[in-house]
Amino acid sequence: MGVRLQREDFDIGAEIAALSAGRTDVGAVASFTGICRGGDIVAMTLEHYPGMAEAEIERHVEEAQSRWPLLGVTVIHRHGRLVPGDNIVLVATASQHREAAFAAAEFLMDYLKTRAPFWKKEERAGGDGWVEARQSDDAAAARWSGRRPEAAE
Amino acid sequence: MRLLYFAWVRERIGKPDEEVDLPASVRTVGDLVAWLQGRGEEYAYAFENAAVIRAAIDRNHAKPDTAIAGAREIAFFPPMTGG
Repeated sequence: MGVRLQREDFDIGAEIAALSAGRTDVGAVASFTGICRGGDIVAMTLEHYPGMAEAEIERHVEEAQSRWPLLGVTVIHRHGRLVPGDNIVLVATASQHREAAFAAAEFLMDYLKTRAPFWKKEERAGGDGWVEARQSDDAAAARWSGRRPEAAE
Repeated sequence: MRLLYFAWVRERIGKPDEEVDLPASVRTVGDLVAWLQGRGEEYAYAFENAAVIRAAIDRNHAKPDTAIAGAREIAFFPPMTGG
């Protein structure tokens, strides 16, 4: 299990491949990559709470492991200044079967959005501004409350 | 006790962290917010809508009624927007 916070970019292919390298019990790897969108954004700066960000993500990885039979989890979240096209976050999960891998990746992303201490500030032509939290993200995280894997459709 | 501020809470207060000595009457996160609001314009501005501010005690999310006894580090920040 790996949780990493870093300024540097990451190699999506290498991270995904590492989850099944040298073993034959992994039957499924699911991944999500969050990317800095363009449009009217010149750049964004991701601030984080060092120490708590790692701890909070690790708590959610442990929660995911208790809910689904995972064989590997990698979470990488970047901080610092990013420009459109840059990778922001990678969540990759490995399991014997796809259901657990898909569900755990989605669970981790939903919680990263609402519980991990990161804040985005966008640079736009008209000035800088902090991104506001979206209620839809809270709703996405809330749907996992009390829901166990066996209750999933 | 060490206080930490992030994102626009940090910008409004004008510093990322500070050490404070709290009166004994400050027992919960909510008490601490009320105490901070009285420390000056910049604090009043940062906590003008206290309901949206989140807190963490020793790197764990906390609620307004969470007791702060024994805490080493308390952080205040806006709703999170990572991922």
